[in-house]
Amino acid sequence: MSAGVDRVTDAFARARAENRAALVGYLTGFDPDRNGSLERIFAACEGGLDVLELGVPFSDPTADGPTIQAAMTRALASGATLSGALALAAEIRRRFELPIVLFSYANPLISYGPERLSRETAEAGADALLVVDLPPEHAEVLRGPASARGLGWVGLVAPTTTPARRARVLAGSSGFVYAVSLTGVTGAPLDPSDPALHAGLATLRGASSLPIVVGFGVRKAEDVRALAGHADGVVVGSALVEAGQRGPAALGELVKSLRGGTLRA
Amino acid sequence: MTAAPHSDDDNLPGGPPELLGEFGEFGGRYVAETLMPAVEELARAWPKAWADYTFVDEYRAILRDYVGRPTPLTEARRLPEAVGGGRIFLKREDLNHTGAHKINNCIGQVLLARRLGKTRIIAETGAGQHGVATATACAYFGMPCTVYMGAEDVSRQALNVVRMRLLGAEVRPVTSGSATLKDAINAALRDWVASVADTHYVIGSVMGPDPYPLMVRELQRVIGDEARAQILDRIGRLPDAAVACVGGGSNAMGLFAAFVPDAAVQLFGVEATGEGLQGRHAATMAKGRIGVFHGMRSLVLQTDDGQLLEAHSISAGLDYPGIGPEHAHLHATGRARYLGISDREALAATELLARTEGIIPALETAHAIAALPAVIRELGPEAVVIVNVSGRGDKDMHTVMTHLDPATLTLIEEAERGRKAARAAHQAAAGHEGEEALIVDGHELRAERKEGA
Repeated sequence: MSAGVDRVTDAFARARAENRAALVGYLTGFDPDRNGSLERIFAACEGGLDVLELGVPFSDPTADGPTIQAAMTRALASGATLSGALALAAEIRRRFELPIVLFSYANPLISYGPERLSRETAEAGADALLVVDLPPEHAEVLRGPASARGLGWVGLVAPTTTPARRARVLAGSSGFVYAVSLTGVTGAPLDPSDPALHAGLATLRGASSLPIVVGFGVRKAEDVRALAGHADGVVVGSALVEAGQRGPAALGELVKSLRGGTLRA
Repeated sequence: MTAAPHSDDDNLPGGPPELLGEFGEFGGRYVAETLMPAVEELARAWPKAWADYTFVDEYRAILRDYVGRPTPLTEARRLPEAVGGGRIFLKREDLNHTGAHKINNCIGQVLLARRLGKTRIIAETGAGQHGVATATACAYFGMPCTVYMGAEDVSRQALNVVRMRLLGAEVRPVTSGSATLKDAINAALRDWVASVADTHYVIGSVMGPDPYPLMVRELQRVIGDEARAQILDRIGRLPDAAVACVGGGSNAMGLFAAFVPDAAVQLFGVEATGEGLQGRHAATMAKGRIGVFHGMRSLVLQTDDGQLLEAHSISAGLDYPGIGPEHAHLHATGRARYLGISDREALAATELLARTEGIIPALETAHAIAALPAVIRELGPEAVVIVNVSGRGDKDMHTVMTHLDPATLTLIEEAERGRKAARAAHQAAAGHEGEEALIVDGHELRAERKEGA
């Protein structure tokens, strides 16, 4: 059984073999509280996620829209810590085989100590890191220790990214590359049929052999369907967090419906 | 070390930006990928603009004809006696248009935004001073302006909200997080992530991702360049020390920039210890730990788990849990030293400067004034000290009234009672013992009079 970046790679290979895009789901650890978030994450995994992005809360999430900001605020209020989030990851790993990507901001992760973070992440059974405010120029501080432990490093490419920067992001990425669908924060409105978006994804695919995963603003099964043919995976975040506020059952239903959108025609 | 060469009016200041704007181990560009191209564009455009005489001439002409520069260097007459001696020179940034040093930076950045073809300006503000200065620069240039302001600060600083709106800016209250300055910056960053194609973000201090700390320092160094020339002209030598308050640190960096290469000039930054280091404070140097926040690596007030702490100072302009990376560097290398002043000491210094010099300083500035006794004690009664009077105190009168001087409130209340009593007496004497007197003295009196009638 694979672990770390290999587990991520295998998940995308399986989805590709089934002629569908991988469904990547984001949820914030400790939202609304520790056990509540576990119930929701379990429901989402059972609903059919291929990859879990586990949000580690930060007090000042500047790349996130109102939904995920509020989720992180709730999580911190209910006692979220990084070591608590790693313990969550370990519990998820005991029940599910899907890759777990830790999503966060630079400060809590660096503050924890890069070596310690990488070791404990690997021990918990999480597989990759995605740090939104750590561009390739500054990434080595975490990427180096993470790679040494076999963890993946998910770089982000935005619509504003120049070709020179794109090359730098791709060179530092492993597991998959995150294509930000829109110029804005998470949860902003998206037109998933925008030809410019599709063209950007095609360019990115031409530039890398890594799986390309598109996210920001994807909410419904139709959105996933519109993007499934243009990327190796599709991320749904804010919409899952909102469904989670209606309870684990509602969240599980949404994931099932999104999973239906991943099949390519 | 990032010391820029000295400049005079015809000599362009500023060295080339270091790799990623690092000040020693501090600085950098820790922002989302969406913003990186804009930050890189700024980092390329800024040194070109600053080396372009057309740009610099226009900036300086506006500072002269609109802002009112150069600001005077006033030698304090009676203050030295109260702080243990010294010759103390006050750099009068309080006399700038809009009442503080903030405008120096805003004029430069809006000018740069125009040069970059940006058509919209956003800014954050805490107390409202940077917001007012940005709104002023935008009115001057005819640019639309949106200012993010924590909802807490909107209610605490209502007059500055009125000023910004009067100047044509849109003020957007921010309710997320602690609803104060750091959250206003978060909201401005989120706006910028979505609007980066046509919008420039005017950051108000020597903080944020590179090139902001460098650019804002250069736009504020006019303070130090003027002060250096003025003191040489006045007494024929450099001062022994330069003193300024530090929140993000732009007025201090502006003053220090001219003196950093002069090893004999001691630099003192003064941060806010609020209610005391055991209580709520904004003492980033004393209590901060290295972290990544608002696009920079610097000292940050944070929990053991890397979550930001809320800062507190009676002065909203110092109420910030981070500090500019160049200050962190000057601190780490020992080139500058940082002292702490509490809310109570700052209030006392406000009154001191008002009574000894006839200058009512901003509460931020009062922190620098309050540090003078310690500076003079160390340097001796013959020391020559320049202190930056970064802003005037008009905006703080409500805070001063409620904290410093409850006696003022009592005085106003007594005057009001006296006025009403006098009016009642006057009316009674004139023969209309009517509603006015009855309302003032209450219903019982009305009943008594009816019974007595």
